[in-house]
Amino acid sequence: MIRVENLHKSFTLHNQGGAVIPVMAGASFSVAPGECVALIGSSGAGKSTLMRMIWGNYLAASGHILVGDTDVAAAEPREILVLRRATLGYVSQFLRVVPRVPTIDVVAEPLRVLGVPAELARARAADLLTRLRIPERLWALSPTTFSGGEQQRVNIARGFAHAYPAMLLDEPTASLDAANRETVLGLIEEAKARGAAIVGIFHDEAARARVADREIDVAAFTPRPA
Amino acid sequence: MMMATGSAAPLFSVRGLTKRYGARIGCADVGFDLFPGEVMGIVGESGSGKSTLLNCLAGHLVPDAGKVIFDTRTDGPRDTLTMSEPERRMLARTDWAFVHQNPRDGLRMGVSAGGNVGERLMAVGARNYGAIRATALDWLGRVEIAADRIDDRPSGFSGGMQQRLQIARNLVTGPRLVFMDEPTGGLDVSVQARLLDLLRGLVREMGLSAIIVTHDLAVVRLLADRLMVMKGGHVVEQGLTDQVLDDPQHAYTQLLVSSVLQV
Repeated sequence: MIRVENLHKSFTLHNQGGAVIPVMAGASFSVAPGECVALIGSSGAGKSTLMRMIWGNYLAASGHILVGDTDVAAAEPREILVLRRATLGYVSQFLRVVPRVPTIDVVAEPLRVLGVPAELARARAADLLTRLRIPERLWALSPTTFSGGEQQRVNIARGFAHAYPAMLLDEPTASLDAANRETVLGLIEEAKARGAAIVGIFHDEAARARVADREIDVAAFTPRPA
Repeated sequence: MMMATGSAAPLFSVRGLTKRYGARIGCADVGFDLFPGEVMGIVGESGSGKSTLLNCLAGHLVPDAGKVIFDTRTDGPRDTLTMSEPERRMLARTDWAFVHQNPRDGLRMGVSAGGNVGERLMAVGARNYGAIRATALDWLGRVEIAADRIDDRPSGFSGGMQQRLQIARNLVTGPRLVFMDEPTGGLDVSVQARLLDLLRGLVREMGLSAIIVTHDLAVVRLLADRLMVMKGGHVVEQGLTDQVLDDPQHAYTQLLVSSVLQV
């Protein structure tokens, strides 16, 4: 479902004398449907960079990133938008929303965009918010005023609203209490069971051991100094 | 947004668009395709040519070179620059809409709120007073203006209300392409948020395509699917909005993004 082939990436910092910093060389791996692969490696090794390249907000210098039939490394913006709408989900560490939009609608939005009727989308959103223990009295409020942990849970609910065939999870259990962590691990297991291919970053080792089928050490993709 | 992909043909194709002011470049060799349902942001500092470009696209300025092709309902793709003036005016009243930064430029200040919305309907042939008033009322509701303000003139409205009224006036005819020039500029932050929410909802529900000029990177992050960065009249970078903001390739875009507190 996800196949990364010989991926290279460098950053050119034009405002710092045009310094070129190679950050990834020859990254290759694949993730089958129903499989969860954990990216590991020390901080700065390139886990998040790799994940963002799959999401498409970081450009690849060369190589291929196939998600389904779409090569994210070569696709037009609108092809990536289609991919993100129906096929590829992403639970990032930050919740970015239009202020003032009620939490229930923030969570239902990915379904609304796919044409799911409002009632159904909201019912699914309500179910997820309940499972993630966001009190119902908060659903009509914008999540912008919520605590960090609550925002993280809203973000997870939003990320799991649609049954994406491929998912990227960036620290999904960070800053969660034990009960909510358990809920999130359950959601990940359900996603795997329905056949989702998942790439995750988990600093929570116990969580990683439980949901990940394999680990990929991104240090192997770190460019060697010339 | 919802309909961004269904159709394979672009709604709006721009090629080699150039506008000079004497020896000075307004915008140079701009080209892009906009597909149905897509929202494109144009960012750049003051004087970068983004407003010149928008005005050339919308037919308010005549460019020196280039093509601005719109997929018309009746005749398919047509170069709007070679259309007759009446044809272009009809397009501007029906399938196109233009939201000005200053609502005073897009509203008739001496006419009631209902009249401002109804006028555009009448311009495309609506004649039944009751139906026009009902549609106007519906639109005032959609932009969150209380029904009892329908007979008030916009001069007595707040800036945010005026801007929402301008949006109602523009969208009432069901356009397919909306040009917006700094639509949230000059508004309080809380009012901006309300307007953003409103615009996003309308764009999705109506399957609109939109081109939004702004200097506010947070606004484009929330509203635009794609982003074009201009400097000195030239497009220096374009791509998926979050890609351009998170991994900017051009020196100017890197400077622009790193100059913002947080986007």
